[in-house]
Amino acid sequence: MDTVLSSFETAVKFVTDWVALAFDTPYARSVVFGVPIKGHLLVEGLLLVVILFLMTQKSYKPPKRPLTKKEVDELCDEWVPEPLIPSITEEMKYEPPVLESAAGPHAVVNGIDVVNFTSANYLGLLGHDKLQESCTKALQKYGVGSCGPRGFYGTIDVHLDCEARIAKFLGTSDSILYSYGLSTMFSIIPAFCKKGDVVVVDEGVHWGIQNGLHLSRSTIIYFKHNDMKSLQSILENVTHENKRAKKVRRYIVVEAVYQNSGQIAPLDEIIKLKEQYRFRVILDESNSIGVLGSSGRGLTEHCKIPVEKIDIVSAAMGHALATEGGFCTGSARVIDHQRLSSSGYVFSASLPPYLASAAITAIDVLEENPNLITKLGENIASLHKGLSGVQGLEIVSDPKSPIIFLKLKNSTGFSKGDLQVLEDLADHLLEEHGVFVATSKRSILDKCKLPAGIRLYLSAGHTKTDLDKACEAFKQAAALILASQ
Amino acid sequence: MITIPYITALTTYFSYGLLFAFGQLRDFFRKIFDWWSKSSLQGYAPICLGLEDFYVRRLYLRIQDCFNRPISSSPDAWFDLVERISNDNNKTLKRTTKVKRCLNLGSYNYLGFAAADEYCTPRAIETLKNFAPSSCSTRVDGGTTTLHVELEKCVANFLGKEAAIVFGMGYATNSAILPVLMGKGRLIISDSLNHNSIVNGARGSGATIRVFQHNTPSHLEKVLREQIAEGQPRTHRPWKKIMVVVEGIYSMEGELCQLPEIVAICKKYKAYVYLDEAHSIGAVGKTGRGVCELLGVDTADVDIMMGTFTKSFGSCGGYIAGSKELIQYLKYTCPAHLYATSISPPAAEQIISSIKVVNGEDGSSRGAQKLAKIRENSNFFRSELQKMGFEVLGDNDSPVMPIMLYNPAKIPAFSRECLKRNVAVVTVAFPATPLLLARARICISAAHSREDLLKALEVISEVGDMVGIKYFPAEPEKQQLEGDRVKLE
Repeated sequence: MDTVLSSFETAVKFVTDWVALAFDTPYARSVVFGVPIKGHLLVEGLLLVVILFLMTQKSYKPPKRPLTKKEVDELCDEWVPEPLIPSITEEMKYEPPVLESAAGPHAVVNGIDVVNFTSANYLGLLGHDKLQESCTKALQKYGVGSCGPRGFYGTIDVHLDCEARIAKFLGTSDSILYSYGLSTMFSIIPAFCKKGDVVVVDEGVHWGIQNGLHLSRSTIIYFKHNDMKSLQSILENVTHENKRAKKVRRYIVVEAVYQNSGQIAPLDEIIKLKEQYRFRVILDESNSIGVLGSSGRGLTEHCKIPVEKIDIVSAAMGHALATEGGFCTGSARVIDHQRLSSSGYVFSASLPPYLASAAITAIDVLEENPNLITKLGENIASLHKGLSGVQGLEIVSDPKSPIIFLKLKNSTGFSKGDLQVLEDLADHLLEEHGVFVATSKRSILDKCKLPAGIRLYLSAGHTKTDLDKACEAFKQAAALILASQ
Repeated sequence: MITIPYITALTTYFSYGLLFAFGQLRDFFRKIFDWWSKSSLQGYAPICLGLEDFYVRRLYLRIQDCFNRPISSSPDAWFDLVERISNDNNKTLKRTTKVKRCLNLGSYNYLGFAAADEYCTPRAIETLKNFAPSSCSTRVDGGTTTLHVELEKCVANFLGKEAAIVFGMGYATNSAILPVLMGKGRLIISDSLNHNSIVNGARGSGATIRVFQHNTPSHLEKVLREQIAEGQPRTHRPWKKIMVVVEGIYSMEGELCQLPEIVAICKKYKAYVYLDEAHSIGAVGKTGRGVCELLGVDTADVDIMMGTFTKSFGSCGGYIAGSKELIQYLKYTCPAHLYATSISPPAAEQIISSIKVVNGEDGSSRGAQKLAKIRENSNFFRSELQKMGFEVLGDNDSPVMPIMLYNPAKIPAFSRECLKRNVAVVTVAFPATPLLLARARICISAAHSREDLLKALEVISEVGDMVGIKYFPAEPEKQQLEGDRVKLE
């Protein structure tokens, strides 16, 4: 112990001596180019050595201790997942009314004949003799399903005929069929919009579009529902702020008639803006084909805009055409691109052939009977007028829209409460008056923030008495249920 | 696992290299011409970027006559194939009025319900009369008819689950259900070869996605242990829930899922099992109840059973079956239930009546015969192909059997030569498979007779020799004779 101490002492003494000596050396007070160095050169030299020494050493890392097998086992044992689904509340147990007949303008619910306003059978083609006949023939010839995707022998001649018929009807060069209305939009958008592309979209679009946008991973900017000023300012911002904007693809996505509000997009203004800022337009005509325009060619015809100006037009066929599936139409390049890159087209079984043949017949019937559109127009005007004075309710939809959308005049302030009131009203209408209407139920995944409401889908098949009955029923029911609100 | 022969890999890479080089050369000249005749669309970024459609322009278009072949009859064992001609080097194809009667080895017509059926079709037509082809309404509004209620009950009973929900499209079933069940802070562990609809559904959900090696339970266990121990990335919070998504039969591989092992692992680690039975329901199992029945897994251990009606039942649409609460929750939240047109009534009736046939409730034994037939057909065809020396993927009992082609030039060669001999096959290449692993896929049906299969084997063998895809030595004839003799004795 002593020896250690003494040797330590000698070492300290040696160092202090050495330092004192170092500072006393003649060099320490030497003057280089007139600058006195005063001995710190040596200290700096030492520092440099230390720095160099440290730099050669490996940087410090905490020692890695991976979890042992036992620890992982414990963690796995401890881990408690949340249940697959949240606990079921009363409102989740909702069961919709069950129809005992076809969903025509009149339907049978609980054994009672009711006037049906829930079916988007705008032209009343549901159950039309010609459609039934073509479906029957197709069922006998082709069976029900197509048993394969379009690429692998699921292309049946009626599919090609149907695509050609749609293109001819709308005056485009080609079209492509999808096997489900909902999947049409969420396949088309990711096929064209990729990461980095800019998509400007109305905040009121339906879930199919929202999902497509999410899957596309593009930059998504929402503009105020049907507000052209908001759209313009966003387009202005996007193109001005971003120098790269010219190099990325830019799209505007709108619906012709909004499912969530019944409003109609002002297409002429959108086209002006699109051309000014060089955006492409994707238009969902699901609720306007067969409804708007003098011959039912949709919003483009209604606004007298050549269809070529819209880059991508899509529509579901489960509305006016009274069949199922969807289609997209546009230039040959746009369509061909989808045939290999649209996931809902490539990876899904094709549309059952009888539904394709029904679509062909539906377009034939529509072209032969333009009076169906006039009749529908009259019905819309009549019901719009009849419902505009109903107590406590306000019409949000456009006077030309085949969807009449009513919201509460005095909102309870939160959409769930509104919906509850409206559902009570709808139930009352069905039970007491035999008028079948639907409320705008929304999925928790839906990001649409527009107010909840009651939706009435009009049909050319509704008679004057049906409409009068509905108006009368609404007046009575609203007075009864909304008065207490 | 597929082990590709070294020389084949080399020649395949060389072929693709050559195609790529020529494609680039042609693109170079195209650019010059394009510059010459400048397009009028100034100020717009091109709708498809150069390299995005390079594959289509330079590779796919050359062989596009092998895909999307139109037919003009039902996709039964034999169908009428519409001939097409091209006047511009395959860039566009025009339909002619000529048809060709071909043996169908491509459709997913496992039980033979694709064609008009003596039991199902009259009922579908009757339903058409009563309920029209569509409801033009969603399930929650006015699209639920008595038929839909019956269908859901029927599907749930068939699968041995409490309840079921049906949709009008199989693809949308996957892509709309996964976002409802999973979300941020949840983990989806997916098989590496899962179908695109599952991939899109998982992406749409916003959940974290991890992949495990195709059909390898040991790797699944490794991933599960790692993930449970690590928790969420960055925050290291424990995962809220984990779902393992697998398919019953992998449509591009023909393999059966290793379900018993996977279910055991999921049970051990408390992960939920999502089983997609698109290709297996109706096609395998003694009574057609899919892989669970075939592999002896209790359906109670599978939390979410998904499947489609497009294949075995010859209809359209998809289902989810599970506990009563699960289905109630899905009916409350699922966008495909709330926003999509309900399944077409004749298609619904087709499902109900074909399930009745499978169950023998139609008063005949046709269902049992069909199921026996598809099993017999598949196993016969597979063993014969293997004897000939083809590299056939997949497991016994699976009606899907891919034959490996590898080289890109062999894709059109195989397809066109078979078609010349009136056999329609499906060839699959990139992007549906990895670049090197192009293949032909054969789907066997209960509608095929023994003569059909013998004819198909003869043609495939002949074409196989011509194209050079018998990668294994054929089993000597003698052995086969001996085998026959043993049977005779």
